[in-house]
Amino acid sequence: MPARRVVPIHLTKAATLSLNKACAIAGVAESRLGAVPDATVLTLQAEALAGALADAGLEKADIDGLFVSGAWGRLPGLQIAEYLGIQPSYSDTTMVGGSSFEFHLGHAAAAIQASLCSVAAIVYGSTQRSRKDRYIFQIRSDLGYQYEAPYGLPTPVGAYALAASRHFAEYGTTSEQLADLAVSTREWARRNPKAYRREPMTRDEVLDSGWIATPLHRYDCCLFTDGGGAAIIVSPEIAKTLDKPPVWLLGQGESVSHAQISEMPDLTVTPAAVSGKRAFDMAGVTHDQLDVVEIYDSFTITVLLTLESLGFCKPGEGGAFLANGRTGPGGEFPLNTNGGGLSYCHPGQYGIFLIIEAVRQLRGECDERQVADAVLALVSGTGGVLSSNSTCILGLE
Amino acid sequence: MADDELPDPDSEPFWQGCAEGELRYQRCNACDAAIFYPRAMCPVCGATDPAWAVSAGQGAVHACSVVHRAPPALADKAPYAVLLVDLDEGFRMMGGLAEGDPEKIAIGDRVSVTFREGPDGRPAPYFVSA
Ligand SMILES: [Zn+2]
Repeated sequence: MPARRVVPIHLTKAATLSLNKACAIAGVAESRLGAVPDATVLTLQAEALAGALADAGLEKADIDGLFVSGAWGRLPGLQIAEYLGIQPSYSDTTMVGGSSFEFHLGHAAAAIQASLCSVAAIVYGSTQRSRKDRYIFQIRSDLGYQYEAPYGLPTPVGAYALAASRHFAEYGTTSEQLADLAVSTREWARRNPKAYRREPMTRDEVLDSGWIATPLHRYDCCLFTDGGGAAIIVSPEIAKTLDKPPVWLLGQGESVSHAQISEMPDLTVTPAAVSGKRAFDMAGVTHDQLDVVEIYDSFTITVLLTLESLGFCKPGEGGAFLANGRTGPGGEFPLNTNGGGLSYCHPGQYGIFLIIEAVRQLRGECDERQVADAVLALVSGTGGVLSSNSTCILGLE
Repeated sequence: MADDELPDPDSEPFWQGCAEGELRYQRCNACDAAIFYPRAMCPVCGATDPAWAVSAGQGAVHACSVVHRAPPALADKAPYAVLLVDLDEGFRMMGGLAEGDPEKIAIGDRVSVTFREGPDGRPAPYFVSA
């Protein structure tokens, strides 16, 4: 007996809702990044928010929607609102891992379209490096995790390693191909003054960096830094009154498929296959129209699987797609132009930084790493253990 | 962590099975789906009365990783292999390699279940080459 629906498909509103140009991103900023021992998780969010408001030309009092994600404290959505002195009329504390902020962007668009708020702030911060709040790396043994806990799989890296093992076996993907992505990403970081790791790196250095969990090496893995980020999302009416060019949300899709790697339906296909199609359909653009792509790189394999799931290449072709510097500066596919979670920063939940970089690329603010004449960008956040994905397509007027 | 709360009401028959040398899973009475891990609702069709069943414990390695950088409690055990195993009854689960060279186990290898004490002292399913 197959899964049965009662509601006729024409009555499901999600099939018809469009968020195309329902909102624009008006301001973005990071806090201090890297190792920031003299800050709390709240300090960094205040820093980032102040920067994003200044970038937008708006004031804190303008904010009526607040979007928060994190596993620090007791009730992050309340603690940060209190600390910042914001009493939002619309709150969203979606927590689906590092992709939460791409979910937030879609949710903010829907809330703004429904007139539930008009100036939304997405804020994030983490002091995981300096204050050792490594909540994300504890091995849990409750609920569904009790069936994985005995085996000592380090989380999240071990889960991504299992997915990589499957892709290697099915398609002949190699460590060299993944290493080439890490090298290309480092080349971008060398052009970003805010990046944490800026020294040159070779393919052999990646391959010699030591196993974490096969087939992933140390330099297949993201950084472990402090940092915060924020974005200000506004209604179309407000966007048109501001000084900087608005960056429009043209399409967004989201999907969640599992929480634990043993429950992932297909280890080589991420929920980006669902969310990406929806984002492309909503935006009305095709893959070859995109100028710059920012894809969550918690691990090199994350990028490969996401690219395939989004349809940039066929299943199994991701390794060749990434190899030999294709995604680096001067390559034909500019990818993770800030240096990514691999080399720029990765404070636990990295997704907010994908949005920040895409906005700066579209505004032409990226100096040495600027992709020429970028008008269309794709941002794709992955959270958990390839568990959640939201993909957003952004563009200038 | 929450070890002192295990087994829980969903998992008690499973862990009891491990103690008795049985790999237990569930099968949906409505749609016949094999269900693992155990739960109160069939994730395929939504039926709420999954029945317990016993697996023959035979399967194939679907994915595997050799862990070199282990969590602190298991640092002295590394390197060790962690597997995802497709059991012949049609469900997938995680398991450890009970014996043998962790570098030698490969995707597609046939394996069979055995029971070993896990880190918390409770018997848990591990696998050996079949
Ligand atoms: Zn069923």
